[in-house]
Amino acid sequence: MNFELLFQLLINGVIVGALYGVVAMSFVLIYKASRIVNFAQGEFLLIGAWTCWWLLTSWQLPFWIGFPITLAFMMAFGILLQVVVLRPMIGEPIISVIMVTIGLSIVFQALMKWIFGVFAKPFPPIFASQTMSIFGLDVQTVYIASLVVSLLIMAGFGWFFKYSKMGLAMRATAFDQQVAQSLGISVRQVFAMSWAISAMVSAVAGVVVGVVNGVSSALSFFGIKVFPAVILGGLDSVVGAVLGGLIVGLLENFAHFIDSQWLNWGNMYEIAPFYVLIIILMIKPYGLFGTKDIERV
Amino acid sequence: MTHAATAVPAAPKSAAQATVPARAPLLSVNNIEVVYNDVILVLRGLSLEVPEGEIVALLGANGAGKSTTLKAISGLLKTEDGEVTRGDITFAGERINGIDPDAIVRRGIFQVMEGRRIIGDMTCQENLRLGAFTRSDGAVKNDIDMVYHYFPRLKERTGLAGYLSGGEQQMLAIGRAMMARPKLILMDEPSMGLSPLMVKEVFSIIQRINRDLGVTILLVEQNARMALQAAVRGYIMESGKVVLDGTAEDLKNNEDVKEFYLGGGNEERKSFKNLKSFKRRKRWI
Repeated sequence: MNFELLFQLLINGVIVGALYGVVAMSFVLIYKASRIVNFAQGEFLLIGAWTCWWLLTSWQLPFWIGFPITLAFMMAFGILLQVVVLRPMIGEPIISVIMVTIGLSIVFQALMKWIFGVFAKPFPPIFASQTMSIFGLDVQTVYIASLVVSLLIMAGFGWFFKYSKMGLAMRATAFDQQVAQSLGISVRQVFAMSWAISAMVSAVAGVVVGVVNGVSSALSFFGIKVFPAVILGGLDSVVGAVLGGLIVGLLENFAHFIDSQWLNWGNMYEIAPFYVLIIILMIKPYGLFGTKDIERV
Repeated sequence: MTHAATAVPAAPKSAAQATVPARAPLLSVNNIEVVYNDVILVLRGLSLEVPEGEIVALLGANGAGKSTTLKAISGLLKTEDGEVTRGDITFAGERINGIDPDAIVRRGIFQVMEGRRIIGDMTCQENLRLGAFTRSDGAVKNDIDMVYHYFPRLKERTGLAGYLSGGEQQMLAIGRAMMARPKLILMDEPSMGLSPLMVKEVFSIIQRINRDLGVTILLVEQNARMALQAAVRGYIMESGKVVLDGTAEDLKNNEDVKEFYLGGGNEERKSFKNLKSFKRRKRWI
């Protein structure tokens, strides 16, 4: 048994899993606030990554300027998308809304291919040194940075929902829209904000993955990977999304390890999370952390 | 606006408040008509006035349109596909019908909805902070302490609000309304599902809030006796209209009100059959 490979893959799993967690959180954010299942979540990563890449290469902006501009753009993009496309869909059947988000996903996917081409393009180097040595292992600096960024975003989400007024308002809206309105919360504003934040956070993940692997339409695959993570954790739980992401990331890499050591079936790591998803949903249909309402009359 | 019982002189208890010279009322609802789903006519020409600083009770049988009236005022009607199709709602001199509910909260009207509707998966403190959502001043912390002063038992509850007892949830709902520092609180059936003892407590708190903070309260109740004890004046609704109004004292002594809302009435118990025909003859109108 190759322990070094196992260790390497598990670290990989944590890093990728944390990113899944971040994207899953932004997916859950939209679902919680407005009950919309956003199939275009992966395209948010793609658009964010391409925007940042474009600013950094075509405009030669340094990363610390290009990145905030990307975030600002994604925020505006999220609000615009909600206001123009999804606001008119409020009150429509859920299947129509899902069709709209699937449509958005296809449109964005094609649009990005049309503008930037189909080939992966690397980010200009961002960190001075390529690798760092941790516990005697050489780890790429971008991986460490990606993990740190993921953890920061998670901590930020935690703070946001616990202490900020807007975060509380979002939770209230998720719980009961009519009550939220009776408290003076503008539900429209909450919806727009949830899309803005979701697009922004996904873009961060997109840029991180882009820096590691280069930018290509393969990035939007994250949007699909997020489903097992989110459903595993429970559709409406932010903590569940993070853990779901980590579990999926670790599972993938563990499956990869088993596959490469013994089975040699190939591609195990792509389907393993979905098998585990099925098993967990058979045992806990609400997901690991999905909430059932507290009922007390 | 003239109704049957207004001319009768007020009884001593409420006289001090009720005979204050007529100012422009804080809230006046003038001849409104409310339609749900474009077809169901619920309120047909309802009018009422709520003077500043008073507790006003709005009574009536189930389905008379009491809650709809409150939702028309607070704008929450919009969330239920309802619409004010005629008439005016004027608050502090400005017409407010058609305005979004969050803008109405900002103007100083806060509705405590029927069934408490606290946010079950948040703590008491988070619920209270949400009550102050529309405020941006720094006194929110002080106000939370003030609410805890009125409801000491809420301070001891640190878990999720969904696990509170019904009475505690009602207290939390009232406290949440206080956090918004409104000029007018619309209270929809605060006694619903509470024990008689708890009903007493809740009503005494409503009166204290009205007295101490000077908040005007429009109170919808099934418990007519308690409501008329707390209120200065009252309105009685039937099928979408006000059919009787007057000071709380007058209403309490009115034979028809006694008969239909307070129980007892004047004579010996009637059989249900007689009661029904009596009701048919004297349907207020």
